Amino acid sequence: MKITTVKELLEAKVVWGEELIGKHVYSACGSDMMSDVLAYVKDQSVLLTGLVNSQVIRTAEMMDMVCIVFVRSKVPNQEMIELAKESGIVLLATDKRLYDACGILYSNGLCGNGVRRG
Amino acid sequence: MDNNIIRFTYNVDGTDFTSAGQASVMLKKNLRQLGISPDTIRRASIAMYEGEINMVIHADGGVAEIEVSEECITIMLKDSGPGIKDINQAMQEGFSTAPDDVRSLGFGAGMGLPNMKRYSDHMEIESELGVGTTITMKINI
Ligand SMILES: Nc1ncnc2c1ncn2[C@@H]1O[C@H](COP(=O)(O)OP(=O)(O)O)[C@@H](O)[C@H]1O
Ligand SMILES: [Mg+2]
Repeated sequence: MKITTVKELLEAKVVWGEELIGKHVYSACGSDMMSDVLAYVKDQSVLLTGLVNSQVIRTAEMMDMVCIVFVRSKVPNQEMIELAKESGIVLLATDKRLYDACGILYSNGLCGNGVRRG
Repeated sequence: MDNNIIRFTYNVDGTDFTSAGQASVMLKKNLRQLGISPDTIRRASIAMYEGEINMVIHADGGVAEIEVSEECITIMLKDSGPGIKDINQAMQEGFSTAPDDVRSLGFGAGMGLPNMKRYSDHMEIESELGVGTTITMKINI
């Protein structure tokens, strides 16, 4: 799935990274606890979270993720946007809640565990 | 052999949570420049990141010293914090003494030390109450 599709499915807006939304993503995970993301996630590309601080961006950077979706209308601040730019991570924001956003992506074929479905 | 060892040192500021993780981001950049495989870099970066966060939330910061040889990346995290009372207990998944405000920042799930062990090939913790903690991790290249 392309990041553009993630954006469309979640009716999200691009906070940063418009020129990178053609990139493909193969997996995703959703959590507000960064250590859980760091523990269980392998070869993931999209992080969905309701947490908004610089550590979210750094966590994604550590995991080589390419896109972060902020749920529940959370908006990252300028400092976070700068960090995302440095790391080349696309930032999306959606009004949807974490569970719903994850469900929508999952049912459209974006899996949890680093494997492509179907 | 010794001249093949590359060293990096980072100060970890313990006063500002916003900057926590900066040293790990820098380490990751530096390791990329050395042409180490992405998978190895990721493991080293995650292990370092959890350790760096711990230094900030549990020990008021410290110093990270990294050595890269042909065979492995050695990460040494030194702090002069309160020390760890019971290392075996601290290593258990879910054990945390982090206050609630840390949890609301996305950390304090008691997964940090287990993650550090998971991602490194060798990990050693030396800690003395009231003196500080030194954690050494090796990641094979
Ligand atoms: N550098 C440190 N100095 C003092 N205590 C530490 C340090 N690192 C870890 N600890 C202790 O070990 C516990 C477990 O650490 P960790 O697994 O990273 O979980 P968390 O950081 O989420 O609490 C911490 O809650 C803390 O009590
Ligand atoms: Mg921790």
